[in-house]
Amino acid sequence: MTKKPHHEHTHAHSLLPPDPALRAKAIETLLVEKGLVDPAAIDALVDVFSNEIGPQNGAQVVARSWCDPDYRARLLADATSAIAELGFSGMQGEHMVAVENAADTHNVVVCTLCSCYPWPVLGLPPVWYKSPEYRARVVREPRAVLDEFGVRLPEDVELRVWDSTAEIRYLVIPQRPAGSEAMSEAELAALVTRDSMIGTGFALSPEAG
Amino acid sequence: MDSVHDLGGVEGFGPIPIEADEPVFHAAWEGRVLGCRFLMGFWRLWNIDANRHSLEQLPPAEYLAMSYYEKWAAGVVNLSAEKGLITPEELQAGHPGTDAEPRTPPVDAAGVRAFLPQGRPAAREIDAAPGFAVGDKVRAARNMHAGHTRLPRYLRGRVGTIISHHGAHVFPDISYKMEGEVAQHLYTVNFSGREVWGDDAEPGHSISAELWESYLAPAR
Repeated sequence: MTKKPHHEHTHAHSLLPPDPALRAKAIETLLVEKGLVDPAAIDALVDVFSNEIGPQNGAQVVARSWCDPDYRARLLADATSAIAELGFSGMQGEHMVAVENAADTHNVVVCTLCSCYPWPVLGLPPVWYKSPEYRARVVREPRAVLDEFGVRLPEDVELRVWDSTAEIRYLVIPQRPAGSEAMSEAELAALVTRDSMIGTGFALSPEAG
Repeated sequence: MDSVHDLGGVEGFGPIPIEADEPVFHAAWEGRVLGCRFLMGFWRLWNIDANRHSLEQLPPAEYLAMSYYEKWAAGVVNLSAEKGLITPEELQAGHPGTDAEPRTPPVDAAGVRAFLPQGRPAAREIDAAPGFAVGDKVRAARNMHAGHTRLPRYLRGRVGTIISHHGAHVFPDISYKMEGEVAQHLYTVNFSGREVWGDDAEPGHSISAELWESYLAPAR
């Protein structure tokens, strides 16, 4: 058996300017001039992730699950299909699983190996989600990490950490906040934060929202 | 591959760098790099597993020092050079070589907008029956190989319980080589904090991860 050397690569990236903005410009210029990338397609992606795909999508899913028990059942049974009912699907959300928080259970999501994140419902991940600090620590000391987010859980609450090691992507369904009984689905969606759908936060209380 | 990307449980890191009201992109160049890396994938010379492997091969000190989009920039450049789409000379000059054949990008703005809601599902139909069922106790492999894998170091050798079966998914440990695809049954395996971290584990937590069949052996 022949064993591949670990570093057969020349690390071409070391040939580029060290400044990140200049480096990005150099890459784009070369790729566009070679006809490898269409700059209008880059514009489209930036627009989609800046304006169309984000946690406002997941918030709609959660609000619906709070209002409609049948929808919640479908979401827990087959999250990919239930999320697609609201028009959200695709890249980095091809295989969705929804996990629900309750009085005795709290869920939190991580990708220890890279930065896997459910794009169709949450958009692109925040810097902290991709940070070595979060990826290293949340599997080992989840309560200490959640404490830094202001999420303090009683000792008897079971904490479930989900490490996204394959193409399964998780959406946490936070608990519906007290005092929100009379609110409409659209009003409820405004209470659902990005962090509450990762498990590093709670849904806002109606007074705060 | 045992490198620095496999961060689960590594000690010594400080507070989580939480930023209030964080923008999607902190600078315009980050979006351009996202676009370049995403769109270069449409040449189909690498897949998501090869893409991940390209970041795992960054030297550990560089990996930790680089921001997320700096890693993406390095990854797309290294893969593009490795596959011959660009040359070191072109990178240094900043422009195509004089002998470079003009090409047409494989996807335009409308094409990428249409692609996003489709994505690239990883589930596959296979003939083999699943080797495990929900409720089975399994031990994660101790030994790994030097290539790309998605079995995190902190779970190796640990015993957990299968809590769901996802059918068969593309197996990353082979897929990243771009020499053909195989699929294996994929399971979510739940490990108690105590099993993974020992007596010092925080109370009352468990960790679940998706693990492919060949990562697992029956356990009692």
